[in-house]
Amino acid sequence: MFGKLSWSAIPIDQPIPLIAAAIVLLVIATVIAWAVLKGHMPYLWQEWITSVDHKRIGVMYVLLATVMLLRGGTDALMMRAQQAVAFHSPGYLPPEHFNQIFSAHGTIMIFFVGMPFVIGLMNFVVPLQLGVRDVAFPTLNSVGFWLTATGALLVNLSLVIGEFARTGWLPFPPLSEMTYSPGVGVDYYAWALEISGVGTLVAGINLVTTVLKLRAKGMNYLRMPMFCWTTLASNLLIVAAFPILTATLAMLLLDRYLGFHFFTNEAGGNVMMFMNLIWAWGHPEVYILILPAFGIYSEIVSTFSGKPLFGYRSMVLATMAICIISFMVWLHHFFTMGAGPNVNAIFGIASMVIAVPTGVKIYNWLFTMYGGRIRFATPMLWSLGFMVTFIIGGLTGVLVAVPPADFLLHNSMFLVAHFHNVIIGGVLFGAFAGLTYWFPKAFGFRLHEGLGKAAFWFSFAGFYLTFIPLYAAGMLGMTRRMQHYDVAAWRPWMIIATVGVVVLAVGIVLQVLQLVVSIQRRDELRDRTGDPWDGRSLEWATASPPPVFNFAFDPDVEGLDAYWWLKAQSRQQQVEQPRNYHDIEMPRNSPTGFVCAFFATVMGFALIWHIWWMVILGGVGAFATFVVFAWRDTDEYVIPAAEVARIDRLNLDQRRDLVTSAGSA
Amino acid sequence: MSTAATMPAHADPHHVGGMRAATEHEGPAPKRIVTGYGFWIFLLSDIVMFSCFFASYAVLVNETAGGPSGAQLFDLRSVAIETACLLLSSFTCGLATISADIRRQARFQAAMATTCVLGLAFLALEGREFADFVARGAGPTRSAFLSAFFTLVGCHGLHVSAGILWLLTMMAQVYAKGFRADIQRRLLCFALFWHALDIIWVAVFSVVYLLGSGV
Repeated sequence: MFGKLSWSAIPIDQPIPLIAAAIVLLVIATVIAWAVLKGHMPYLWQEWITSVDHKRIGVMYVLLATVMLLRGGTDALMMRAQQAVAFHSPGYLPPEHFNQIFSAHGTIMIFFVGMPFVIGLMNFVVPLQLGVRDVAFPTLNSVGFWLTATGALLVNLSLVIGEFARTGWLPFPPLSEMTYSPGVGVDYYAWALEISGVGTLVAGINLVTTVLKLRAKGMNYLRMPMFCWTTLASNLLIVAAFPILTATLAMLLLDRYLGFHFFTNEAGGNVMMFMNLIWAWGHPEVYILILPAFGIYSEIVSTFSGKPLFGYRSMVLATMAICIISFMVWLHHFFTMGAGPNVNAIFGIASMVIAVPTGVKIYNWLFTMYGGRIRFATPMLWSLGFMVTFIIGGLTGVLVAVPPADFLLHNSMFLVAHFHNVIIGGVLFGAFAGLTYWFPKAFGFRLHEGLGKAAFWFSFAGFYLTFIPLYAAGMLGMTRRMQHYDVAAWRPWMIIATVGVVVLAVGIVLQVLQLVVSIQRRDELRDRTGDPWDGRSLEWATASPPPVFNFAFDPDVEGLDAYWWLKAQSRQQQVEQPRNYHDIEMPRNSPTGFVCAFFATVMGFALIWHIWWMVILGGVGAFATFVVFAWRDTDEYVIPAAEVARIDRLNLDQRRDLVTSAGSA
Repeated sequence: MSTAATMPAHADPHHVGGMRAATEHEGPAPKRIVTGYGFWIFLLSDIVMFSCFFASYAVLVNETAGGPSGAQLFDLRSVAIETACLLLSSFTCGLATISADIRRQARFQAAMATTCVLGLAFLALEGREFADFVARGAGPTRSAFLSAFFTLVGCHGLHVSAGILWLLTMMAQVYAKGFRADIQRRLLCFALFWHALDIIWVAVFSVVYLLGSGV
């Protein structure tokens, strides 16, 4: 009846996951109870859960990412603490638990922090920057988000029901095969990623179509803001790379569930085929994460330097070059496979070549700042911190791209330090920069500057304190994922790294505090203009938060930095262009995404535990959901022109007041 | 004519995107274009997924682990009939599209039903082939070659099955709701999907069956 599921799946003998799960359940129960008792449920259901508005979905993506960041960060704290104490001692985490923690940490940070963070920001910002009302497929957008949430839910469910994978964040066979991993851990991993992978693919298709087919009048490709370009590149990579992940995990699952021989040691299976396939997805994946961050930095550096982006066309070229070359370097993840010197040399050179367009970008940002009036607001601090940190990470990357050096550094702590250097210093700093930059657009008030700056400095210092010691330990020969060790030379570095991760955690806590304080003081931090940073692209042309239809009028774009020129023009002419309002059709909200994800969760859980009747139930439910959606008769509602005019005038009046009061002062 | 007067103040020809090019972007594309375009992107991603299964098949094709090879198993006559069914179904699917364009309910339903029958015939033949292999001790667990074979061909079969489910849903929807604009867009996507499965089958037929039985 319940497949492999029984009461023994709950780890009663392990206090740490049990207590963690109890706390999580308590928090969730409290939030739900609060929402129900305060009568917020109808609001949440109508305005958020069933929303197909790209702005709402973007905010929910970012919220999911930040919650998961706390989970993944807790894992990181536990690992650093374990390695600080596990010198000549077993530490406080037993090996099977430690292995689950490092696997969960990597999985969560990449798939449920990095991905939703950048997809959320792209979702929120890109239609606004393109001057359109929504993404290409609004309901599908909601489906994509909720399927990502399903994946995150399944991964966290493994904390209390069963176990998570002990194989690392990529389940290399033969360790991940049934012979060596008979538990449900790898199945949790694979089904969570199969389901959330569909969500990511949907988001990718949606954003590619949005950028290529939905742009405001006059917005030629070379008038798009840089963030739209990097969004395009990143989502093209999603469309081209995520099917590889889906296929590879499907093969692994066939091995595990039906006894196929793709990656087994017997009957002709090929273990190294898994390495090739997973990294053919895995390397583009890191560019999927970093390219949107590059776009964010481009927007911020240009805005806070008060200058157009230096070398816009070379930036576009560099972005697209990275997009293509990122598919030609995957083998550098396993130079030690033994493919031979020629193959290794080609992939080594390709890996170094990809540093060239990245270098172009760095110089473009530096020259954008050169001669500009730089304002050191929080988003700019994150961007500057990124530039310094990412150069170090890039240089160590070029170092490990040299095959002979890689033979020594492969799977060492040096490698761990390198990819954290680029992912934290690149992706996470970028996500935080984007969060502080666009937060006022999303909610109509700024985040507290002082706390933001403090959070930046703690994170910045904490990052170096944590990861520079890991470089050193790697040079001293320490390999990654060690539950305990007995080399005295590594110990001091592990202790410094633990101090560092605490400093980094203070930075994160300060950001949570920043959010809380900013919400409390939202009236004094209120931004009435919709343009708090003197921005350059179209998202700043509308109110904060933008009305559901984004723009009351259809923008007509006449060059790069569309809003900047619009501002210059209206200042010059001193007259307001009359605006012609007309009725606006918007897509109706739909619970399709949420209901579909509910059935996907049921199906995923049932597949993990071999509960076949429940698998069928979930599948039929998901199909039925789509049929019900397809059968509805009206999928749009109309906002009358008078209402559009009323909403727009409110914003225009506020802007005008501010402009005149600024002029007289 | 003074261009300076009609041009916006900032339209500096040296500024990127400053001049109005001859190919001025006219704003968001109509829905039909957007839907079709998005579905094309999906099909491309689907083809990437198939290419992984093709690649793994190519890697594992000689790993028979002492079991039967393709040349010993494949029955080209049955595969030829399968191919004929699928190609014909693409033709009838095209007829369905034309009937939908001219809004002829009866013709549309007949063409879709024929497409469905041909698709089912394809699946029946494929199912018989698979059952036959398993009965001869050449199931997917026998060797890595057979794992890759069953996965690649089975994945295409799963797509055809999903396509038939979609087809039946579309028949019911057109019957109940008529040729509404949104339903027409869905029909466009369905037709693209069905034709794409044909293209993939051509690759399966060539790479798996023709190359496989030659050796």
